[in-house]
Amino acid sequence: MIDYIVFSLLGLGLLFALIRFIKGPSLSDKVVSLDTFNMIVIGVIVMLANLFKNNLYLDIAIIYAILAFLETVVFARYVEGKKDANR
Amino acid sequence: MKYLATFIVLFVVYLFLAGFTVYELILGGIVSAALTVILVKYVNFSIDWQFPIKLVKFIFIYLPVFIWKLLLANLDVAKRVLSPKIPLNPGIVKIKTNLQGDFGKLALANSITLTPGTLSIDVEGDSLYIHTVDVKGKNEEENRERISEPFEKILGGIFK
Amino acid sequence: MLIASYVFLVIGGLFFLLGGLGILRMPDTFNRIQAGTKATTLGSFSILIGVAFANPSWIFKIIIIIVFIVISNPIGSSAIAKATYRSNHIPTNLVQDDLAKRGEEHDTN
Repeated sequence: MIDYIVFSLLGLGLLFALIRFIKGPSLSDKVVSLDTFNMIVIGVIVMLANLFKNNLYLDIAIIYAILAFLETVVFARYVEGKKDANR
Repeated sequence: MKYLATFIVLFVVYLFLAGFTVYELILGGIVSAALTVILVKYVNFSIDWQFPIKLVKFIFIYLPVFIWKLLLANLDVAKRVLSPKIPLNPGIVKIKTNLQGDFGKLALANSITLTPGTLSIDVEGDSLYIHTVDVKGKNEEENRERISEPFEKILGGIFK
Repeated sequence: MLIASYVFLVIGGLFFLLGGLGILRMPDTFNRIQAGTKATTLGSFSILIGVAFANPSWIFKIIIIIVFIVISNPIGSSAIAKATYRSNHIPTNLVQDDLAKRGEEHDTN
């Protein structure tokens, strides 16, 4: 029962982040919403580990967290480099 | 000495990831030793003998304040997001810091990001540029007192 | 034990929802970064603690995930904020901007 509540809350959060990702007027808004999206997906993976009582999902969550951080930093570099291209 | 420190760090991370059974202990020792031999060319740090004491101080003095501030920050965000007309008065302010080491500055910037209504944008030398939702102070000193004073006191006691 | 786990899980879900809502409702990029980062950090913190209450033997992996998230999430958001500022997407509603007075000679990268 409680799992349904938590998953629906996380799903609404994902939906809002996705709406901002589609609407986002500038590129950096999209990067921000992608960052939030990744964090919520980590929450979903941890909840799945709790639901299936399986330890291995936590490893997936660790790897996903590392990849999400790398992705954020790389996109930040990309956004930063856009100015030099237009200069 | 560098070998030993690298080995300990790798071994602790391995154990946290894998668990505490006997086989994992032996395998973790072998893997960490092999990685130490490979990695020791690339690591370059000076050993600080005070580090464990600093770590214990960090955990027991700093973390409760940090978690309390994080809770306050989230309630603040909740209040702002849920109010029908979002109250905003944003600005970017500059703040001087007295902390010297890189790790202290990292901890300060991270805790400023996670405190109510502030977001650290850039660090340059000993000045931090911070975006605040609500600019209250008139000059630099007031802003400093409002934003970074409680953390600086604690972190200055730990990292110097 | 299970009750505490449920409480933490629901709080975490609420904060994640709040993060999504903040991303959607805030008017400019920096405020979006603020709302998103804070809410998702505490949300993941709370959900991980809830899972740790439900399964006490996973505590070490959960500690690693918490430490990594608490370190990496503010750094990532700070990187995005700096990149946003440097790519000339400065929002127009700032009442004070000390970063603009910094002078161009420090503009290294």
